[in-house]
Amino acid sequence: MDFLRPASWEEALAAKAEHPTAVPIAGGTDVMVEINFDHRRPEYLLDLNRIGDLYEWETGEESVRLGASVPYTRIMENLRAELPGLALASHTVASPQIRNRGGVGGNLGTASPAGDAHPALLAAGAEVEAESVRGTRLIPIDDFYTGVKRNALAPDELIRAVHVQKADGPQQYSKVGTRNAMVIAVCAFGLALHPETRTVRTGIGSAAPTPVRAKVAEDFLNAALDEGGFWDNGKIITPSVAKQFADLCAAACNPIDDVRGTASYRRHAVGVMARRTLTWTWESYRGTTLQKGSVA
Amino acid sequence: MRVNFTVNGRPQEADDVWEGESLLYVLRERLGLPGSKNACEQGECGSCTVRLDGVPVCSCLVAAGQVEGREVVTVEGLAEYARQRACGTDACGMSHVTRDTSKNWQPKPPSDSHTGEGTELSPIQQAFIDAGAVQCGFCTPGLLVAADEMLEHNPNPTDADIREALSGNLCRCTGYEKIMDAVRLAAARQGEAV
Ligand SMILES: Cc1cc2nc3c(=O)[nH]c(=O)nc-3n(C[C@H](O)[C@H](O)[C@H](O)COP(=O)(O)OP(=O)(O)OC[C@H]3O[C@@H](n4cnc5c(N)ncnc54)[C@H](O)[C@@H]3O)c2cc1C
Ligand code: FES
Ligand code: FES
Repeated sequence: MDFLRPASWEEALAAKAEHPTAVPIAGGTDVMVEINFDHRRPEYLLDLNRIGDLYEWETGEESVRLGASVPYTRIMENLRAELPGLALASHTVASPQIRNRGGVGGNLGTASPAGDAHPALLAAGAEVEAESVRGTRLIPIDDFYTGVKRNALAPDELIRAVHVQKADGPQQYSKVGTRNAMVIAVCAFGLALHPETRTVRTGIGSAAPTPVRAKVAEDFLNAALDEGGFWDNGKIITPSVAKQFADLCAAACNPIDDVRGTASYRRHAVGVMARRTLTWTWESYRGTTLQKGSVA
Repeated sequence: MRVNFTVNGRPQEADDVWEGESLLYVLRERLGLPGSKNACEQGECGSCTVRLDGVPVCSCLVAAGQVEGREVVTVEGLAEYARQRACGTDACGMSHVTRDTSKNWQPKPPSDSHTGEGTELSPIQQAFIDAGAVQCGFCTPGLLVAADEMLEHNPNPTDADIREALSGNLCRCTGYEKIMDAVRLAAARQGEAV
């Protein structure tokens, strides 16, 4: 094994181009487990810890450009206002020790269906900034997850940052597990209200081969909210609408039975979380967003 | 490969390190610092918790090569670390941390800030003993490092704060109540001292 220690982003890209099989290591909270248990013996480890740019974020007009290695702890502490869904999801990851090291770049690199960042990114809207010596591209988050633990990165590409849409309304994240800390999601659900476009977006974790959005459910809800004038009148969402939304979210799942839960339990739980997160965010929209007169 | 870094205030050089080796392995097997415990090697138990540039991390999940040039504090250095924090680095006239570059360096009593041998205990260590929070002791080093770091930033933690800060540390003996007591005790004593 070789340990490559690039001191700059350019050096890292050059190293990845030269050794496309090199395994990047950021927080190491996925990679080191695999090495410790001898599940993986990469020829090259590509250490990203010395690249300071990856630990920084910039808040722009529309989005936050979140460096790939910004640890979850930083997201929770500093980006709660801009990225509430991702901040909530970050707080559910493992333990303080893991959150101090792990970040969204590694979560995307692993692309586990159970990764907690994914539902939040899907619901908020995001693009992955992938770069290689050949150039930079922005991959829409909807196109990023290509299979179980597979993503759209080319062998010579690294994730530089994630551009996450700044929240324009309330967001929520909900996760089912056997306890609060240190738990891989049995399933998870992210929901974001986007009052500016009058849309609702979702993200489902651990209930399909990849993280997915419940697009049919979103379309249904967007139409129902529109028809009923809900965005303007701020009325409580009709229980039948909430129920149908929940059912459609459950239907968007394609889960499996495994040690953490059965497929039917996952489907059920996703429906429950969909209804709850919709209720929570809508209450918050009615209570604060609407009061402030943003919708006149 | 060779890795140079600082452990408990002392520059260290580890040789013949395998590229996939963890910081935990280097500390225990190459530097003779067995305080950090190895129980799971997968980030689940927290018994290997150390501070890396001040931040609590699972040393089993840090690749040795990643600590090049960085500072690590282990449970062995906790008492000295806490002492320096309490009195400001120079005020107490400590810091005869000898620059021992010999590779075959051995712990030398009576007092050594590197191994913790013969040094006075830190307040959190004393509180764990006084509260009866140590049974088999395997989880203790990680809990001490994590609890000490929390008290550094949050001198008046609520029970919820303590539980959250220690949520990455498993203990199979105590049932956690005595650990909670110990941290509350350390916080209270810290409050009195100010
Ligand atoms: C005890 C424990 C509990 C956990 N609990 C959770 C949990 O609750 N929720 C959750 O989502 N995850 C959990 N994880 C998994 C892990 O912490 C996360 O996936 C984390 O986000 C990984 O980030 P990292 O920086 O540590 O990644 P690393 O381990 O460094 O890398 C992970 C993968 O991403 C690749 N990679 C890293 N950075 C880049 C980059 N810039 N460009 C391209 N590829 C890159 C690596 O090559 C590797 O394939 C847990 C892990 C442990 C050990
Ligand atoms: S040995 Fe590192 S967390 Fe258990
Ligand atoms: S005292 Fe035995 S594991 Fe905690």
